[in-house]
Amino acid sequence: MSTAAREAVAAAARRADDVNAGVDGLNIFACRDDADAYAQADVSPDGPLAATPVAVKDNLATLTLPTTCGSRILRGYVSAYEATAVKRLRAAGAVVFGKTNMDEFAMGSSTEHSAYGPTRNPVAPDRVPGGSSGGSAAAVAAGIVRIALGSETGGSVRQPAALCGVVGVKPTYGRVSRYGLVAFASSLDQVGVFGRSVDDAARALGVIAGRDPYDATSADQPVPDYTAASAQSLKGVVIGKPREYFPADLDPRMRERGDRALDLLRAQGAEVRDVSLPHTALAIPVYYIVAPAEASSNLARFDGVRYGLRLEGEGLRGMYEATRSGGFGAEVTRRIMLGTYVLSAGYYDAYYRKAQHVRRLITRDFNAVFAGGVDLLFTPTTPTPAFPIGATTDPYEMYLNDIFTATANLAGVPAMSQPIGRVDGLPVGGQFLAPAFMETRMFSAAYTLERALGDEAHR
Amino acid sequence: MAVSLDDVKHIAALARLGLGDDRAQALVAELNTILGHMDVLSKVDTSAVSDGDEVGVGMPLRVDAPPPDALARRPEQFASSMRDGFFLVPRLATHETGAES
Repeated sequence: MSTAAREAVAAAARRADDVNAGVDGLNIFACRDDADAYAQADVSPDGPLAATPVAVKDNLATLTLPTTCGSRILRGYVSAYEATAVKRLRAAGAVVFGKTNMDEFAMGSSTEHSAYGPTRNPVAPDRVPGGSSGGSAAAVAAGIVRIALGSETGGSVRQPAALCGVVGVKPTYGRVSRYGLVAFASSLDQVGVFGRSVDDAARALGVIAGRDPYDATSADQPVPDYTAASAQSLKGVVIGKPREYFPADLDPRMRERGDRALDLLRAQGAEVRDVSLPHTALAIPVYYIVAPAEASSNLARFDGVRYGLRLEGEGLRGMYEATRSGGFGAEVTRRIMLGTYVLSAGYYDAYYRKAQHVRRLITRDFNAVFAGGVDLLFTPTTPTPAFPIGATTDPYEMYLNDIFTATANLAGVPAMSQPIGRVDGLPVGGQFLAPAFMETRMFSAAYTLERALGDEAHR
Repeated sequence: MAVSLDDVKHIAALARLGLGDDRAQALVAELNTILGHMDVLSKVDTSAVSDGDEVGVGMPLRVDAPPPDALARRPEQFASSMRDGFFLVPRLATHETGAES
């Protein structure tokens, strides 16, 4: 396979050189090493991803390339072990082509908050690609690779997939091992996949999914052939249209794209039913308490002792403080502060415990809808298309980008975004959500919608 | 529950973040704005939920042993400072003489 793999690497390298370099380049990669990619190609085994270069988000540990999470505090750090998802890609014949830019420690929705500078949207270079996995989404959208890995905590695969016009999948919590994924919020984090098509994403998820003894939260459930969902019919499938995801103030052009997709699904035999998930609006306040709380604990490990940056200060405590304040960017600092506050004495019950209780109400919303005979849900992935770089400076306004995506992370259910057209020339994503471990059901509808839309998905 | 400058300094100390006065002052405003949006949660009736709900039957356990894969690099290759297999750090302030160990 090495000749085909080398040719595939060469094609990816040419395309990356064309779009990535220079002042006006897309700035997709945190790190690329073509010699390493060719070396992998020479020894890559045959398998379902043979001769497939894959881009990997910079928070998944790799042995041959640095893993820096887009942060100054990890600049140059090369992991001593490899993420399970990456190992499985390599075992399936894929070549790790490069590590992609991201919001620092996956905290952001625009890929502007990176030590490497912002990534640009390949469709409209003056706009953000979304985030935090913006580099991976852009690598697929720019035609460098067909498949990329990202990670999700509140929408960091689906939102950039929607903004860049590619497919993005967040699997069920536990579907994919988190071993080697640098932890942000452990009860929410999940490795996800990007594909140029639904089939690309289905093939990639099939390779990386499954139980891993190194991650106790990975589920011991069989992994179906997700590509087989391509042949399944939508006849009799009930698709819920949650009213909270089509609010009165939703941009009418976004609504029109969503309704058009639902019409096509109906024409393919699905029944579309209006449903309600009444606690949806609470997802952002809940998410921005739970995720920073977990982050404040997980990021305590970056202290200048065992790995990463060390900046000297007065004594041990001064070294900790100098290292962390000098190593973390503004958004990471803000979230560590927020998380530490909501966990601190006197505020824990009012914020953290309350948020966890409301999180259960959000989960019960999904359980009730799915128990009521709804097979899938369909929603817009984001409330707007890609926004201009630098346009969103208010932190909470940025957090609202996750308004349609954070619910799936809080409830642990699978969800995916796919292109359903454009508004003002900018990609728009539609999102399917399914009950836990029912990714096949989601892929079946996505394959059908992709075929029904045809070229309309990208115009 | 407005956050004060003293609160920010206390939280920064807990989080081991060294913040300058300007950054601390900015965080007072930022945290108050963000937490203001969280206050909606206090109005939600969660009386039907208790701490242990939907947590599941328990976390699966694995054998308490290191993974069979050895690290590909020795800690000396990525740690800031090591000696004789130990990570070196500056002296604790209570024992500080100005010189590092």
